[in-house]
This record gives sequence, structure tokens and C-alpha cells, in this order.
Amino acid sequence: MDITQLLVNLTGFALIVLIVWYFWLYPKEAVQVAEVGGVQEVAITVKGGYTPDVIVVKRGKPVRLLFNRQESSLCSEMVIFDKINTSATLPEGQTVAVEFTPEEPGEIPFQCQMGMLRGKIIVQ
Amino acid sequence: MRSSSAETALVVDPICGMEIPLAGAVQHRTTNDGTTYYFCSDQCAKEFDRRQGIAPDEGPMPHSATTGFNPDLPGPLTLDLPIAGMTCASCALTVERTLNQVSGVEDVHVNYSLGKAHVVYDPAHVDAIALVEAIKGIGYDVGASEMHVRISPGLHCASCVAFIEEALLRVPGVLEVAVNPGTDTARIRYVAGQTDFAAIKRAIESTGYQAARPVEQEEPIDEETAAHMREYRRLMRKFWFAAAVSIPVMLVAYPELPWLYLPNLFLEEVSERLVWWLFFLSGVITLPVMFYSGRQFFTGAWAAFKHHSADMNTLIALGTSAAWVYSTVALFFPNLFPEGTATPFYDVTAVVTALVVLGQAIEVRAKGQTSQAIRKLMDLQAKTARVIRNGREVEIPVEEVLVGDIVIVRPGEKIPVDGVIVEGRSAVDESMVTGESMPVDKEVGDEVIGATVNTTGTFKFRATKVGKDTALAQIVKMVQDAMASKAPIARLVDVVSGYFVPTVMIISILTFLAWYNFGPSPALAFAVVTAVTVLIIACPCAIGMAVPLSMVAGVGKAAEHGVLIRNGEALQLASQLKTIVLDKTGTITKGTPELTDVVAAPGFDEADVVHLAASADRPSEHPLAQAIVEGARQRGLEPTEPEAFDAIPGHGVEATVDGRQVLVGNSKLMERFQVDTSLLDDDVRRLQEEGKTAMYVAVDGRAVGIVAVADTIKEDSIEAIQVMKEMGLEVVMLTGDNERTARAIARQVGVERVLAEVLPEDKALHVHLLKKEGRKVGMVGDGINDAPALVEADVGFAIGTGTDVAIEAADITLMGGSLKGVAYAIEISRATMRNAKQNLVGAFIYNTLGIPVAAGVLYPFFGILLSPVLAGAAMAASSVTVVSNANRLRFFKAKSFAE
Repeated sequence: MDITQLLVNLTGFALIVLIVWYFWLYPKEAVQVAEVGGVQEVAITVKGGYTPDVIVVKRGKPVRLLFNRQESSLCSEMVIFDKINTSATLPEGQTVAVEFTPEEPGEIPFQCQMGMLRGKIIVQ
Repeated sequence: MRSSSAETALVVDPICGMEIPLAGAVQHRTTNDGTTYYFCSDQCAKEFDRRQGIAPDEGPMPHSATTGFNPDLPGPLTLDLPIAGMTCASCALTVERTLNQVSGVEDVHVNYSLGKAHVVYDPAHVDAIALVEAIKGIGYDVGASEMHVRISPGLHCASCVAFIEEALLRVPGVLEVAVNPGTDTARIRYVAGQTDFAAIKRAIESTGYQAARPVEQEEPIDEETAAHMREYRRLMRKFWFAAAVSIPVMLVAYPELPWLYLPNLFLEEVSERLVWWLFFLSGVITLPVMFYSGRQFFTGAWAAFKHHSADMNTLIALGTSAAWVYSTVALFFPNLFPEGTATPFYDVTAVVTALVVLGQAIEVRAKGQTSQAIRKLMDLQAKTARVIRNGREVEIPVEEVLVGDIVIVRPGEKIPVDGVIVEGRSAVDESMVTGESMPVDKEVGDEVIGATVNTTGTFKFRATKVGKDTALAQIVKMVQDAMASKAPIARLVDVVSGYFVPTVMIISILTFLAWYNFGPSPALAFAVVTAVTVLIIACPCAIGMAVPLSMVAGVGKAAEHGVLIRNGEALQLASQLKTIVLDKTGTITKGTPELTDVVAAPGFDEADVVHLAASADRPSEHPLAQAIVEGARQRGLEPTEPEAFDAIPGHGVEATVDGRQVLVGNSKLMERFQVDTSLLDDDVRRLQEEGKTAMYVAVDGRAVGIVAVADTIKEDSIEAIQVMKEMGLEVVMLTGDNERTARAIARQVGVERVLAEVLPEDKALHVHLLKKEGRKVGMVGDGINDAPALVEADVGFAIGTGTDVAIEAADITLMGGSLKGVAYAIEISRATMRNAKQNLVGAFIYNTLGIPVAAGVLYPFFGILLSPVLAGAAMAASSVTVVSNANRLRFFKAKSFAE
């Protein structure tokens, strides 16, 4: 094995490690939601993913998520909260509110129809 | 001569600036300095007068006379805005606070339960539009209606447009106006109930124009469909561009292919220099393919990358750009590569982009068809309603109908909203909502459902539910939610798809290394091609869409037959049911007793028996008595009013009819009055055997006959139960009736297993015991008394009645009230799950076979290697296949409904 071959192989394995770290192990930062007038409100931008995608809320207080889809790709056309049997269609460029009051602590995941884009609400 | 040339001369309207022939001028004015001005329309003349300080004819306050509102008057205005999207009391506070912050707003009160904001504002500082904007800015919407009005005569000038818009905006309740001079129409968004067409018409007429409703309103294509169409057209444009570029690029890349019939330009004495230039040009024209046709792959991949996730876009972007970069490096620095490996393959970039974009376009189109059912439901909505306002019958848009309005429905018309009939009778075709093909008779006091069609009679009804509260609106919402919900098998898929794309990227790298280290010469070229092929062939879309698409098609299909499935879990469980428990009363039977048998003692007439019994029972409110009265009427015998009446609880009634003493009741009543019933006792026993309630009728102390009343079986229960049995389901009847009555009914409908004498509170327990037998149990009931049993069952089916759609306890609601709906629900669930599994298995097999083949595992044995172009075609085809397979469900034919 000459030096070029060695370098190519090392680069390949380094890339694999990088992929595993970047896509699976990277710790996502949670956003703590501020409460205004009794409602925990947060604006979520939908573009290739949800920004923010990890949201921390307090239980027992109504939560309002304002989704704004800024892409035309059909993948993100819908946001689904399977655990609480809620969904919303997100027309491009419009703000759509999803509201609920989490009663139990835990996680409420949300995603697009195909599950490619994901986010979650952490109820404390 | 002079005059004729003057008539053809052009003059300029000083107001709107339009050139008009002198003869065509509508008005003219001569000012003090002697100049004459010509005007294209009355409106421009009026505006000219206004600027000159000449008062118009109508007086100083034209608007107060026309719209009932004078904008020049100082003082605050009040506006009631319906707010859409408020789901909690605290949301009302948010809206209230936001509106309070708008300057010019003096007072706000938001009523959560009514969903309305009462705003007092100063029109000098703020207008309704600003208020609506403020509400929209925080994510709510104002429940505005829209109307399209045709304006005549044609609009000549831009300033006329402004006049009309101004006038319309002054009408209280109007939020937004757009006048289109091209089509001579005005689109007006307004608050329903606060203004109407008449006010709009007056406002337009105040500007000198005429207003008319367009005969045909613009086809209401919903936003989603429009978005799909736009996306489809955009993708097709991209495809055609990529395809056009692909052809020459392919010609350069595969000159040796005989099917191209190319003059063997490159094979023979062609200078290497020309080939190099041809490849160079290929590379250059492929760039716009990547960055125009394939733009969404790169932007999508980057957006996902920022979120630490990867999707199909990532794979395509990596694959196509890797091919391009490799080709370019090979072209410019062939020396970097081992001998023979420096071959550019720009064709991969161009052709794969074209194919995948085409696949996406086909998908968009097919996806639109999958959700066609819901669009069909939405289109059912009536557009206008005829209501009585101020004692007059007026036709208004359906959005303006308010709760409490009296609505008139003529033969053949669509019922606009939900309500209760107050006058008249008719038969109504409710098939679009309930799936029942037979028209339903309706009379005063009966509920009517919006979007159903009146057949022959005319009636008036009081609106009880409008807008988003109507049965139809609720059905649409429920179906939409169900379509979006996940079936349990889809949850499994979600776990897989979360890891899928990065895994493919890793496989691609490993493939590259394997070929690079161990592959035959030219190893590097093989390594790059196989790595790119792996990236391109993997199709996460097919996996991700497999279940959701079948779901959308299946749930929609069910809704067309009046079967509302709450969510994916209910659908999946319904497909696995083995046992169906049917509540007897109201499910198998109609739930209301009817007069079924009349027996006359020797020497008496049946009609007399019925007439006497019905007359005696007439004042009674007991359901059995009412059944007898109703039965007599159906036989054409109108009961007479008894002179005296006494109800004896637990026995029956004693009454005086036409001067005779009449007794109607059980044997205890007969004993009490010492009536000899021996001649009739056998008949009574026989009727009781049949599960009927038999009552003696006696006149002046003599038994004259028997009337029997029973809860009758619904017409199609027998057929529905037959279908369920054919489907391999065990049918169990559950009832509170005594064993004998229960058996009698069970025999008639063909049910073998009967659980009788079950107390209402024990129903859930019995369902639980059946579940203990290890089979999935579905329970069918009315959703009110049986709620606990429905919840206990794996799948609870509620027989819906009228406009009551969202029955909480039920997983599946049957709008039609027929047991056939149960059979249909199970059939469609099975078909949907089968379809979803086909999709899923297909997608998994495709990916698990396709990726290794793309990586070249067959090469060492058979010498087979997949071209990246073929991989692109396979990838596009696989996702199109999934969508098409799901679409097959739209043509599903059920055994339970002959179509």
C-alpha cells in the first residue's frame, strides 16, 4: 500500500466517523420557550428542517407553535404531531398556529409526513 | 365638415389621463377661463367637480345615503371580527393584548366562546385592514368571507378603480378589496354577517357603476391544489431543460452506441483534441442543469445539513456533483489518475437530474390525485343559500348564513348548512355524507345536514350549525387529521428512515474504498462510478411515502362511503379484527318500537282493534303507546281523542273512547279489570316468542284483540351481517333484553352468539372478556350509552346520527347508521393495509437489493455493474410506483356496497 492509497483509505474512514458524529451523535440544542400572557409561544421556520427543532415547554400551560414554511418542496407540506393526533397543512409563506396544552411531562415529537424532517417538544 | 372632424378628434380626460374620442365623452365642463374638459365617465367628471369645489348633485354626504355610514363623521367605530384558530381561553387574551397595542384602537373585548373580537377603533387612525393584519401577524386568521362582484359598465380608467375601492372600503365590515379592471370584477373580503351583497352593491352604485354577482363564480381551486399545480409546472420546466441538455451530452459520452445512428464521428479518425473540447462543452452545459433543474437538491440538502439531517436531496446532490467534479478533474488533470481512468462522465449528472426531476413531477401530480377524496368532500359545500331576512327571501353566499336564520330549500337544491326543519316536508338524498343511497324522509323537527340534496319537496329550516361547525366541515377536518396520522407500522418505518440516508452515505464510502483497494483496473474509475451509483439508487422517498400515501387514499375512500376513520391506528386495528360485537338496540334494530302485529278476537275487525287501541293510547307519552298511535296512522286510521284517560303504571291505559271503556295493556291490567283473555293467550305467547311486546285490547270488559309492538330490524342489517360472516368475522350480539327476545332477533339476522341480559354498565366488561379470548374485538354501538364498551374494544364503531360527527368514544364513525358501514370499514382497512404493506415491502426490497447491486456485488461473479444513469431511472421509477400503487385504492370495490 503506497502513501496515496493510505491517505485515500484514511480519508474515507474519517468521513464515515464524521457522518456518524454529525448526523447521529451531534447534541441538538434545546430552545426554552418564554411565556407571554399565559401562552408559551414559539415561531418555527420550516426549511429543510424545523428551526428550532427541540423546544422545551412547561406542562399545564398552553403552547402555541407558529409554523412558517419557507420552501416549495412538498415534503414539508404537513406537520404531524402523531402523539396528540394533530396535524396542520402549511401553505408556503403563511404562518400557521398549532396549539395544545401538554398535561404530562415527556416528549412530543413532530415531523413531516414522511418523517424526514423531525423535531420534538420536551414537556417539563 | 368641421363638426365631423371634431367628433373623431381625441381629447384627454384630465382626471384619468385617458385619450377618448370627443364624441365618446360622457360629460364635459367649461371652466371660468373658457377651457373645456371632456370626461370618459361620470365618475371622472364628478371627481373633476370635487377638485373644482363644485358640490356633486347628490349633496354633501353621498356615502351616508348609500352605505348608511358617513366616513367624515368623527367618532369611533365598532367591529365584530370572527377570529379563526383560537383553541384556548388564553389565546383570546393574546388576541386582545395584540389588538390593544394597535394605535387607534380604543377598546377590545375578545370572547373566546363566541370566537369573536369586539373592537372599538378610531377610523382616523386605524382601519379594519390594519386590525386584520395585526391578528394575522400572531398566527390567527380572521374568518372573512369572499365575494366576487361584476362591475358594469366596463372600467375605463385607473382612477375609477380607485374610486370603487375607496367606496367599498368605507363599507363597515369590508376588510380587503381588489378591483380588477381587466375582468371588470371586484374581489371583496368581508366579515360575514356585518355586511352583505346589498350594501356592497349600494357602495358600488354610489360611484356611478352597476354591480352584479358574476353568474359563475371563479372556480374555487383550493390553495393546496394550486400549490401542487405550480410545483408540477416548475418541475416540468426543469425537466425539459435537463432533458434537452442530456441529449447532446449523451451523444458525446456514448458515441459507440449503435442506436444513436451517429456518423461514427468519434470512433474514426477524430482528433483527441476535438473529443476533449466536446467533453469540455458537455461539462459547461451540464452546470446550468445542476444549478437550475437540480437547484432544489442542493438547497434542500444544504437546509437539511444545517439541521444535522440528510434526505433524498442530499443523496442526489452528492451523487450528481461527485460525478461532475470527478469528470472535470479528469478532464483537466488526467495525469492525476492512473492510466485509463481519466474518463469524464458528465452524462450521469445531466441524465440523473432529468430523471429524478421527472419522477418528482409525476409524484406531485399523483399525490394530488391521492387526496382527491377530500377535495370531493370540500366541493360538496353549497355556494349560496336562500334565507329570510327582514321578511324577504334573499339569496346570499353560504358563508353569510348565521345560526338561527330560516333557510328555504326548493326541490333539487342543495341544503346549505345544518339545521332543523320548521316547515314543510321532503325526502333528502344524504348519500354524499352518509353513503346511504336511498333518500331519507324529513319532516318538521328532523335534522338536515348541509351539503345534502333535497329531492322533491320544499321546506324551511332553522340553521343550527354554520361554517366550521357543520357536519361537513367536521368531516373534512376529521378526515384530514386521519390522513396525516400514523399507522403503527408507519412508526416502525420512521425509525428506519431516520438512519437511512447517513447509512447510504457510509455504504457509498465503503463501496468506493472496496473498489479502490481491491477492484480491477481502472480501480479509481470503478470506485467513483459505484459510489455515485449507490448514492443515486437509494430511494428513501419510496420508504417514507409507502404507508402515508396508502393511508390518505384509504381514509379518503372510506369517507366517500360515510365511514370516518379517526386515525391510522384505528385503521390498522380495524384490518386485524376477528370478532365484531353488535349492540342490539339502535345498531341491528332501528331502536324505536313499531306496531308489528294485530290480532283480532273472533267476531272483531283488525282495523277496529287498532283504532280503539290507538285512540286510547293517544294522550300517552309512553314509547309503546306512541308506536301504536303511529302504526294506526300508517294504516290510515286517525285515532280519536278519548273522553277520559288514565295511565296505570306497569299495567297499561284505561280510556273512554266514543263512550266505551277501552283497556290496552298487559295481562296484569286484564286481571285487574277481570277481563277473560283465554282466547288470545296462545297468540300472546307466540308473539312473545318472537321477541315482541304484546298488549291486550279490551272493550267494555271483553277482550277484542292484541296489538304487538317490537323494535324492528334495519332493512340492511341481515345483509351486512352476512357480509361480515363471509369476511371471516365472528359476529356477537350484545343486549340488555331477555334471552328469549334476544334469541328471536339473533335468529332473524343470522347471529349465533348472543350475550343477553347484559346490564349497560357491564357491556365494557363483556367486551373485555371477549378480548381475553385472544382475538381483536370491534364493538359497534350508538356511542352514547355504549361509550365505555366502545373505548374498551380494540376498535369502537359508533353509529352516527345526523349532524353528530365527532363521537368522542369512537375510533370509526358510521355516518350512514347502517351496519354495512362496519363491513365496509373493515374491508377498506384491510385493503389499505394490504396496499401499504405492498408499498413497504416493495420499497424495502428495492433498496436492499438495489444498493448492493449498485455497489457492484454481482461484478465478481457475473460481471454485472449498474450504470449510474440506470440507477437514476430506477430511483425515479420506484417512488412513482409507490404513488401509483396507493392510487389504486381509489378504485377499490367493496363487497358490502354494490357500486
